[in-house]
Amino acid sequence: MSSAKRFDILRTLLSVLIALAISFLIILFVSDQPFEAIKYLLIGPFTSKRNLGTVVESMIPLIFTGTGVCIMFSANQINLASEGAFHVGGLVASCVAIYVTADFVSPVLALVCAGLVGALFTAIPAVMKITTSTNEMVSSLMINYIALYFGTYMINNVIGDPAASTASYALSDASELPTLISGTRVHLGIVIALVVAVLGYFFLYRTKIGYELRLTGENGEFARYSGISIVKVVMISQLLGGFVAGLGGGVEMLSPIYSRFTWTSLLGYGWDAIVICTLSKKNPLYTPLAALFLAYLRTGASIMARRTDVSLEIVQITQGIIILLVVAEQFLSKYKHRMIAKESKAALKEEEA
Amino acid sequence: MLESILTPSFFSSVLRAATPILYATLASGVASKAGITNMALEGIMLFSALFGVIFSSLTQSALIGLLLTILCGALLGMFLAFFVLNLKTDEILAAIAINLMATGGTVLILLAFSGDRGVSSSVQSVATPTVTIPIIKDIPFIGEVLSGQNVLTWLSLLAVVVMHLLLYKTPLGLNIRSVGENKNAAESVGINSRRVQYIALILSGALTSIGGFFLSGGYMNSFTKDMSSGRGFIALAAASMGGNTPIGGFLVSLLFGFAQALANIMQLKSFLSYEFVLMVPYLTTLIGLGIYYYSQKKKRERLSGK
Repeated sequence: MSSAKRFDILRTLLSVLIALAISFLIILFVSDQPFEAIKYLLIGPFTSKRNLGTVVESMIPLIFTGTGVCIMFSANQINLASEGAFHVGGLVASCVAIYVTADFVSPVLALVCAGLVGALFTAIPAVMKITTSTNEMVSSLMINYIALYFGTYMINNVIGDPAASTASYALSDASELPTLISGTRVHLGIVIALVVAVLGYFFLYRTKIGYELRLTGENGEFARYSGISIVKVVMISQLLGGFVAGLGGGVEMLSPIYSRFTWTSLLGYGWDAIVICTLSKKNPLYTPLAALFLAYLRTGASIMARRTDVSLEIVQITQGIIILLVVAEQFLSKYKHRMIAKESKAALKEEEA
Repeated sequence: MLESILTPSFFSSVLRAATPILYATLASGVASKAGITNMALEGIMLFSALFGVIFSSLTQSALIGLLLTILCGALLGMFLAFFVLNLKTDEILAAIAINLMATGGTVLILLAFSGDRGVSSSVQSVATPTVTIPIIKDIPFIGEVLSGQNVLTWLSLLAVVVMHLLLYKTPLGLNIRSVGENKNAAESVGINSRRVQYIALILSGALTSIGGFFLSGGYMNSFTKDMSSGRGFIALAAASMGGNTPIGGFLVSLLFGFAQALANIMQLKSFLSYEFVLMVPYLTTLIGLGIYYYSQKKKRERLSGK
């Protein structure tokens, strides 16, 4: 392993530790029972089988949006529509799952539709960029809200169950993804998520188009002069990224967690995906690991929030600090230079000897 | 329909809805002029909406509350500047981090401060007063539109003028614009680009915080979680459509205020269902962005003779 890579891992770990330390300080500051709170945050997930199940179950949406964002960001497209793609994915999957009741057909059709609509959704900023050179970041921020209110409209006017308050009709039983471990809600989605992460890795790092995509992300001008079609790369990366995010929304909706479509606010998985993407250095293969960390933290935090006076939202602060430190190029850069200098000196000595 | 639009009270609501966006648009404009995309506007606005409520309730004074909030906004701008300029963090990712911290942090702080979950219902905050200026009041129509507007709406109109003068009539403004145009060229004539960008981001944070204060202490009377609801993002779009100039940003902000006020009326007349009313500002922005960038692209192509 090269020293630069070793340094990267070290720095990421250190960033995570510092972020946790700062979060603990905040807890000390705001809570009347800080040690209790920190205890639940750290070891809460291990207190029962169900809690451990919750960790795995909350990894699932994170892996999907994380992988989607890795693919989109690898092409250096700052498309933030994965949040909306996840939302419409869930919406479309529930529409299908309500009306299609056949075994097997129902979940498969729902998931395929969720992915396709997610892909079309993230393609909107991409198409706008290609045809009108609109900045994809700003337009993707806008369509997220459009997705949100369209979902609310559907609940209130089209698929809403008059007998339930702001919820759709119940999804058909046939559509529910089977639970894998009894006593928990760990469902088939985790398998799909892991497969998607591995496929995402193969696509980005083992195929020609994946290579072109990363090259475009690293240096767009160079890629263009080497004859790579930027339009093709942008479209493929955004369609695929959106497909994965939309699929994630669909899987989440069909999981045992939900029996009706009830999302009246954006769930934030698109933003969490940025943390995942940062931690995994845009490599989908590492997204399950990053998702595990985040899911563990969240499960701990929700146990903490239930038992003590610290609210769940502390996690968002931790996430923010992690992004800031991991992305800060100059953070620990002196140490990095020293490490590289030391290594090359040693190499030099070896040569002389 | 038309008769309910062409009334002073309609234009009055246009101005009110445009106010928070206008502050953030000016903020985005000055940061962009210095060459930095400030996407943290959204988070700074949300933080400021909470700080406004907290500080004004602690001091029982809207003015001191506002000043403290502006100070915090400026500090947040400085925080972003530190990460972007000193630690070389990607500006978009740094902003996303700040926005995440704002979403969680505001809920956490509010809970610790008052025990409220998400809505500051038990906090006795002080809102900024409305103002009527005697001479302006007597101008037909315009007088009616402007009378009784919140003092921060008046101030936002003043801020447009001040920012215009600052950017185009002062040495600092010239420095900001030259750093944004070409950092290396600016440095070669002895401008300290880092200092200039720091100033621009601090200014940007301070301006946004007034907009945030207005949200919870003028437009509404309490803090609700996520109450900035994408206004910071809309402002990014508005500023770029206005060419990042204060005057251009002002006109585009009015357009958003207009769209919002129009949507409200359409809902009252039940032309449009509630959810679509909520969608209008974002849809307007999206379409506006498309048209603006397309016309810019056509202009570039024309100029380059293609």
